[in-house]
Amino acid sequence: MKKLNNFQELEQYRQQLKKQVAADQVVISVCGGSGCLAFGGEKVAAALEKEIKKAASVKVQLKLTGCHGFCEKGPLVVIRPQGILYTKVKPEDAAEIISETVVNQRIIDRLLYKDPVSKQKITKEDEIPFYKNQKRIIFGSNGFIDPTSIDDYIGIDGYAALAKALKGMKPEQVISEVEKAGLRGRGGGGFPTALKWKTCRNAPGEPKYVIINADEGDPGAYMDRSVLEGNPHSVLEGLIIGAYAIGSSHGFIYIRHEYPLALKNFQTALAKAREYGFLGKNILGSGFDFDVQVNQGGGAFVCGESSALMASIEGKLGEPRAKYVHTVERGIWDKPSNLNNVETWANVPIIINKGADWYARIGTDRSKGTKIFSLVGKINNTGLVEVPMGVTLKHIVFDIGGGIPNKKKFKAVQTGGPSGGCLPESLLDLQVDFDRLTDAGSMMGSGGMIVMDEDTCMVDVARYFLNFLKDESCGKCTPCREGIRQMLAILNRITEGKGLEGDVEQLQEMSGGIMDAALCALGGTSPNPVMSTIKYFRNEYDAHIRDHKCPAGVCKALVTYSIDPQKCIGCGVCLKNCSSGAIKGAKKKPHKIDPKKCIKCGICYEVCKFGSVKRS
Amino acid sequence: MKKAAVDKIIDSYGADRSQIIAILNEVQDEERYLPEETLKHIAERLKLPLAQLYSISTFYRAFSLVPKGKHQCTVCMGTACHVRGSDRVLSEIERVLKVKSGETTKDREFSLDTVNCVGACALGPLVIVDKEYHGGASPNQVPTILGKSKPTAKK
Ligand SMILES: Cc1cc2nc3c(=O)[nH]c(=O)nc-3n(C[C@H](O)[C@H](O)[C@H](O)COP(=O)(O)O)c2cc1C
Ligand code: FES
Repeated sequence: MKKLNNFQELEQYRQQLKKQVAADQVVISVCGGSGCLAFGGEKVAAALEKEIKKAASVKVQLKLTGCHGFCEKGPLVVIRPQGILYTKVKPEDAAEIISETVVNQRIIDRLLYKDPVSKQKITKEDEIPFYKNQKRIIFGSNGFIDPTSIDDYIGIDGYAALAKALKGMKPEQVISEVEKAGLRGRGGGGFPTALKWKTCRNAPGEPKYVIINADEGDPGAYMDRSVLEGNPHSVLEGLIIGAYAIGSSHGFIYIRHEYPLALKNFQTALAKAREYGFLGKNILGSGFDFDVQVNQGGGAFVCGESSALMASIEGKLGEPRAKYVHTVERGIWDKPSNLNNVETWANVPIIINKGADWYARIGTDRSKGTKIFSLVGKINNTGLVEVPMGVTLKHIVFDIGGGIPNKKKFKAVQTGGPSGGCLPESLLDLQVDFDRLTDAGSMMGSGGMIVMDEDTCMVDVARYFLNFLKDESCGKCTPCREGIRQMLAILNRITEGKGLEGDVEQLQEMSGGIMDAALCALGGTSPNPVMSTIKYFRNEYDAHIRDHKCPAGVCKALVTYSIDPQKCIGCGVCLKNCSSGAIKGAKKKPHKIDPKKCIKCGICYEVCKFGSVKRS
Repeated sequence: MKKAAVDKIIDSYGADRSQIIAILNEVQDEERYLPEETLKHIAERLKLPLAQLYSISTFYRAFSLVPKGKHQCTVCMGTACHVRGSDRVLSEIERVLKVKSGETTKDREFSLDTVNCVGACALGPLVIVDKEYHGGASPNQVPTILGKSKPTAKK
């Protein structure tokens, strides 16, 4: 491919690409997101490819795309232009998909999604409630493009925003457009993006750096990964526009070690963008120069924090520093450095393309646009969902997520990852935006949304996050290093039934100390999971401390397993599976568990088909 | 690892100190740990104190200073997997393999580690053995997952 030297050449090339695809071209997109791949999506794609080769008479284009979002029903296959969605597809289905659906235009009923409420089968992707209730301006393209093809991206108006900015907008105009749009950072804090850009632009010192934060450390979130894997050019385009606005010629991406595919796809995107002339010298003939360097993480949560990330890019240990001097003024090698999250950058081309007014109409008064959440945990429709800011928790959990599986009762939803909090049922009508979540004692964070049901113990959840943070605390400042450890010791004690009167008050007091004194936000927000569970689920703490009971039956030390002699028919399955020899009983006679030998692994509870093993 | 192979990795990153994590990642991928000799060589090439390489190799989770086992068993401890009971799966694996997470069995057959969310939350609790995903894992499936004994009765 020859370099595109100016705006006109880009537009001509785009028109040429669009002409090549006939409107009735059959395209089969197989989801290649991490969930679908784990379900065997790659094998499905390979099988389809084989069948397509066999059926020489039909012209079908096969695409292995990024994540479509509906991970619960993977592997997903979408057939366009009709937009037919097949779920849980197996390699064995490939032949039928080609011969029936593609050649004979017949729908394969058993592969359709069945709505659990109406019991109706739904043919089209955009008609199923999971997608219908979303607004997918960032994530929607994932299902349409091959992430390794820059032509696919250009074909959906990719790099048009870059051309628009370079051609007709001054850097200050780009910043004011982003400001008018009201874009706030999607990486955690919700900091106004334009303000950060402006500060960096005006900070003394050259060169200036722009950085993509792709360290996605929240242990229950994977939207940044899916955007990078599925649509890397959208993030890159945002970065180039931001660099132009800030006056930077050198960018970085700091990418999490556990994301090899995201790394690969982004590197491919960089190489292609250089070839086409979207990176390098004199981009599209505008006189603007810019290129991007890739840095890998090493698996440290704290490296998602801005100053730690920048230290890590310099090749130093990824430890944060006190922020009396902001990184936008003095960041990498003490030069002005502007860091934004993956999703934040991906919003930029949309704002430039569609205009600030269009964008600002989405969302609430102080939180604009959409947000992608990873809706996971005890939920029927696990997946990535993109909704306008301001929709209610209830809408996300029940209308999109399809509620709680196995007829269990909703208990809480956790947002904001290790820095966030748990919100109870009484707050289901809360509108989800930056400020409302913070007011409720949680935060937006990067967009993890973990649904919990009656079988989730809230003390255990608090303990889980503190345990995570204890491991991830870099150890530089004392309040975080020692404080988290001590709070965890108290929580461990409570979950073991050795909690003391006054422990909760002590946790609250220590929380205050850590929040005030920790060096960076890892420590500063670490008490949030504890504080919010105490606030909304104090009764569970009291049950552990006073009654030595774990109401949800999670905390190992506080549960006992027993067999109901009335229900047990003596089939012997539990006995056979018991790994510690704790179960005794003659065939066809009720069995018994010896509490002295029982290690509480819960296997008997799982394998019993008659519900006769009790956990209390 | 041969010095020439290490040099090749270092040179592919232009012997750039700021690419130290990427360099170590590649060595770790090859060798499945960071041998002392290799670290010394990298330190020399990049003109970094060995102590700094030691601190980097112990700071980041991705690196190990001891050799890993033949098979890699990784349990997802992400939040979604946690609320679906990954704790109990992990403790059963620890019990069966007789190692704690982060360790390798004496016969060097298995290394056991944890990871925080691999983006397949729909399958939680998730155990990955040598890149194969086992979704909906429960303690009684542990022997099957580890491939050590015949499948046991399933719920
Ligand atoms: C401990 C810690 C971990 C963080 N991890 C991430 C992360 O993984 N990804 C991210 O984008 N921001 C993360 N942040 C937030 C960043 O420090 C920074 O605020 C953000 O990347 C700025 O981008 P934004 O303005 O676009 O949100 C983390 C912050 C802290 C304190
Ligand atoms: S939490 Fe285990 S895959 Fe996401």
